[in-house]
Amino acid sequence: MSTTIDEARGAGRRPGDAIFKGTAVGAALVILLALAGVAVFLLYEGVPGILGAREETGSSFVAYVWPLVYGTLVAAVIALVIATPLAFAMALVISHYAPKRLAKPLGYIVDLLAAVPSVVYGVWGITVLGPQLVPMYRWLAETVPWIPFFAGPASTTGRTIFTAGVVLAIMVLPIVTAICREIFAQTPTLHQEAALALGATRWEMIRMTVFPYARSGMISAVMLGLGRALGETMAVALVLSASGVITLNFISNTNPSTIAANIALRFPEATGLAVNILIASGLVLFAITFAVNFAARAIAGRSARRMSR
Amino acid sequence: MAKSIDVSDLNIYYGDFLAVQGVNMTIKARSVTAFIGPSGCGKSTFLRSLNRMHEVIPGARVEGKVVVDGQSLYDPSIDPVAVRRQIGMVFQRPNPFPTMSIYDNVLAGNRLNSRRMKKAEADGIVEKSLKGANLWNEVKDRLNKPGMGLSGGQQQRLCIARAIAVEPQVLLMDEPCSALDPISTSAIEDLIHELKSDYTIVIVTHNMQQAARVSDETGFFNLKATGEPGQLVEFNPTKKVFSNPDESATEAYISGRFG
Ligand SMILES: Nc1ncnc2c1ncn2[C@@H]1O[C@H](COP(=O)(O)OP(=O)(O)OP(=O)(O)O)[C@@H](O)[C@H]1O
Ligand SMILES: [Mg+2]
Repeated sequence: MSTTIDEARGAGRRPGDAIFKGTAVGAALVILLALAGVAVFLLYEGVPGILGAREETGSSFVAYVWPLVYGTLVAAVIALVIATPLAFAMALVISHYAPKRLAKPLGYIVDLLAAVPSVVYGVWGITVLGPQLVPMYRWLAETVPWIPFFAGPASTTGRTIFTAGVVLAIMVLPIVTAICREIFAQTPTLHQEAALALGATRWEMIRMTVFPYARSGMISAVMLGLGRALGETMAVALVLSASGVITLNFISNTNPSTIAANIALRFPEATGLAVNILIASGLVLFAITFAVNFAARAIAGRSARRMSR
Repeated sequence: MAKSIDVSDLNIYYGDFLAVQGVNMTIKARSVTAFIGPSGCGKSTFLRSLNRMHEVIPGARVEGKVVVDGQSLYDPSIDPVAVRRQIGMVFQRPNPFPTMSIYDNVLAGNRLNSRRMKKAEADGIVEKSLKGANLWNEVKDRLNKPGMGLSGGQQQRLCIARAIAVEPQVLLMDEPCSALDPISTSAIEDLIHELKSDYTIVIVTHNMQQAARVSDETGFFNLKATGEPGQLVEFNPTKKVFSNPDESATEAYISGRFG
């Protein structure tokens, strides 16, 4: 449709339009080129690693990367399970429950969390959060060892994948909260008043109007958080005492590592084929993040279509 | 079911701004009461104070008394949510819930409070309410289609159906026809006539003919002067207001010699 309007108006002859179109297309091309460049680099450097993994590590590439993929996903999922409800609740408090005077500063504080460098989170995770969580891990390992996640023996340092997940949760909280807060606040007053006038309580009003309106945005926000949790390197590299195992036990001394943390820890000393293998694992992370974003788009698009139907 | 409303010395504020001052009136049960007056004189504000929708706006508050059938609406022991279940409201712009079907829109109020309903009961309420709102014949074959897919006039009647589905005691309507064509308008006016036998209806309108056609009593609101709060200038039977009003300001407004 836009092209027919363009043609009808003879756009492109106007200098303003031409300049704007040129810049927009140029910017889009730069982004595409950068993305393609990254993909080509990862493939070019990574494929030799995938093919040559057996001579370097003595096993196939899949056997090498699978525990890392597992650890990456576990840490991200723990982070999201903790962060998502918290972020939704905080966003709702800021947008719909707190009085204006309180909502503003609360919003700023949450935004500030995003400004903290990830190294700081990592150091905080090792020195403060980990030791603080040790008693809880011990308690869990003693009381509910039949839950596979808490089978124990409990870590004595607290540098577990669960701690890493908690640190990641705090790191993704601000972005998810900020996006949700914006969308919640944009719910049309018209619909909110319709619900209230029917005698809905505030919570019923939120369920009837705010959530349906914000649904696709909430999903996008969580997916963005997931993307961040998957790719986060420094904090996990610092916090996690990783041994590269695959285990459901989240609170012991032996933990799975994540792709990003593994690259950060190994890269400085890697040479030759080992570098290629690390880059290949980066390629896998790239593919996972890409798939997550793609899924987010699809889900968001579907519920957007449902809204406009 | 229908109830009368007594308003005494009502002052309505937005923060520190006094929007409406000193309103006294009695709205009769099972009748249609119309409010007319120039833009910005506080008709909507007053209407919204009758079902405690006013206080939804941050900083908004009310002084004075609104008594519905002996029960004071602004008594501290009264839950505004309960008030709004008893006193329904139709807004100027049609506002069906965008994610809900026609069927679910009608039942939205009934489903609050997590009340469980049998399918047959729900079907009955939907049919009765849509018939009550003169919409049944137009939508009965597409109840599961979204409410937003209807025309503006149909959407407004859907909102009326939604409001009467919970069988309120009073129905407040804020310029319900201002976005509608003459045919939809006349459909809604007919509807108001029919609803009158069961409900107490209060309607705000800018259309004098409409006020004269549908209402039994009319209140004329006006600003004393620019910057002053709005006031109820005259409240009388509609016939009297339109033929022989007490106040010269009313006469001037109705005959278009306003200002
Ligand atoms: N949300 C609000 N916050 C602050 N002031 C408001 C708000 N809504 C309305 N007012 C003010 O209250 C006064 C009355 O407004 P109201 O909407 O009740 O007028 P009205 O008679 O319904 O006008 P109209 O015929 O244009 O709908 C106006 O001065 C308006 O500016
Ligand atoms: Mg108004």
